[in-house]
Amino acid sequence: MSTAETTFAGEEADDASPYNFAYLDEQTKRMIRRALLKAVAIPGYQVPFSSREMPMPYGWGTGGVQVTASVLGRNDTLKVIDQGADDTTNAISIRKFFEKTAGVATTTKTTDATVIQTRHRIPEEPLSEAQVLVYQVPIPEPLRFLEPRETETRQMHALEEYGLMHVKLYEDIARHGHIATTYAYPVKVDDRYVMDPSPTPKFDNPKMDNCPALQLFGAGREKRIYALPPYTDVVSLDFDDHPFEVTRFSQPCALCGSTGVYLDEVLTDDKGGRMFVCSDTDHCETVRARNRARNA
Amino acid sequence: MRKPVPDDAADVPLMRAEGLTKHYGQRIGCQNVALEIHEGEVIAIVGESGSGKSTLLGLLSTQLEATAGRVHYRMLDGETRDLNTLTEAERRMLLRTDWGFIHQDARNGLRMGVSAGGNVGERLMAVGWRHYGNIRAEAVDWLGRVEISDDRIDDPPTTFSGGMRQRLQIAKNMVTRPRLVFMDEPTGGLDVSVQARLLDLIRSFVNDHGLAAIVVTHDLAVARHLSHRTIVMRHGDVIETGLTDQVLDDPQAPYTQLLVSSVLQ
Repeated sequence: MSTAETTFAGEEADDASPYNFAYLDEQTKRMIRRALLKAVAIPGYQVPFSSREMPMPYGWGTGGVQVTASVLGRNDTLKVIDQGADDTTNAISIRKFFEKTAGVATTTKTTDATVIQTRHRIPEEPLSEAQVLVYQVPIPEPLRFLEPRETETRQMHALEEYGLMHVKLYEDIARHGHIATTYAYPVKVDDRYVMDPSPTPKFDNPKMDNCPALQLFGAGREKRIYALPPYTDVVSLDFDDHPFEVTRFSQPCALCGSTGVYLDEVLTDDKGGRMFVCSDTDHCETVRARNRARNA
Repeated sequence: MRKPVPDDAADVPLMRAEGLTKHYGQRIGCQNVALEIHEGEVIAIVGESGSGKSTLLGLLSTQLEATAGRVHYRMLDGETRDLNTLTEAERRMLLRTDWGFIHQDARNGLRMGVSAGGNVGERLMAVGWRHYGNIRAEAVDWLGRVEISDDRIDDPPTTFSGGMRQRLQIAKNMVTRPRLVFMDEPTGGLDVSVQARLLDLIRSFVNDHGLAAIVVTHDLAVARHLSHRTIVMRHGDVIETGLTDQVLDDPQAPYTQLLVSSVLQ
């Protein structure tokens, strides 16, 4: 074996990145794109794909990263959020990952982004047809905790046997007096497949319905991809006498004063001090800038 | 709820099996079994361990695939169909509405992490009930019928005794008012007084609802208490069949005579 063959490609290239565009090799991206096409064709259906090892641990968004890598183009602008925030570890490291491996422009502004990878919020700013929202999904199977057998859950999806999903909601009401599921709240997609919207707060469920943006879901460890094409019907499951309700907050954001947005509780000291602020950091900053401009 | 049975249908059996055979490789599970069952009738399948009782029950309830033979069933719409020709969706619909299955070990028939009410309500939700209040009212009603007090409705079956679990399993199956219930050793592992109550309960359901039941048991007392007719199996063959009193009081086959005389008096 000659020395030339044992050196890595990157060592020889002068300025070029040692990585293929967006890290994954083209064959892998092609495989993922085929899974994505199938997922878009059958809204809410979980398509198996041969998920790759990524340079990050499972649970950190390996599924979302693979989907993002496969849909990203050189002219895209990427935004990454972790629970609505652009400045948390997971969001920053994934953003840097794509800056390094794809060299694409990144942003924290929802309106500027063409691809948004999220864990797991949907931005407060309404999305447009020009945008793609990529979710990181830990457990794609909504029936998993009631039915551990994969063979059985696949059968149930195929035959549209979703009574069990209501057993879960029944248990909630029996135990808590109301449907206490606040995240990963099951939805029915296009009147056919029941889907786990990843651990998105149920506050965001109505935003999935009839959304102009393409929504893609990637579960790296579980090796599943599913999708919501633009303008798909997404209905949260409920009972006639216990209808679905979104989470409501009694106060506005302590920083920007927004109402009707999803709030995070932040502890401010060790004496019980706390405040509720926007989970969507970009939204909060935008509103505050607007308020400052108005007051100036 | 159920459509009245047309007069001429009374002669058509609810279920009819013919030439039913199951081979496990070289070994025989059961072979060439024929039986008929009508509404309101209880058939006991007795025999020692390994005689093919459970295999037969599995074949009749479509949980096992037969090597040869057919099972016909008169569906709710009155049409008699070969169960082999049902689509998977139809088969599963049958299993969770028109049929019941009582397992020996209640853990196989119940969702142990789900409350008693949720267990009873599962079949209702599976057939499209979407009103919590109605589901709960129906669950309370059925728990009452199997003598489980309604303050236990939100407790999971893990907190129930063996007898209660078995009764809960019956309620869970009866809630869709099935016409045919399969029971695999329903009283196995229960003490005698609990067994007696359970048998009374099953008998009252048979009388009140015109339920048909196929009961697998090794306990001849259970067969005597519950069933109208008895099938005796050995090594996969049916060796004797007839009215229960007749089979148990005047056994013809040598093996049945041995079986009957082995019961401790």
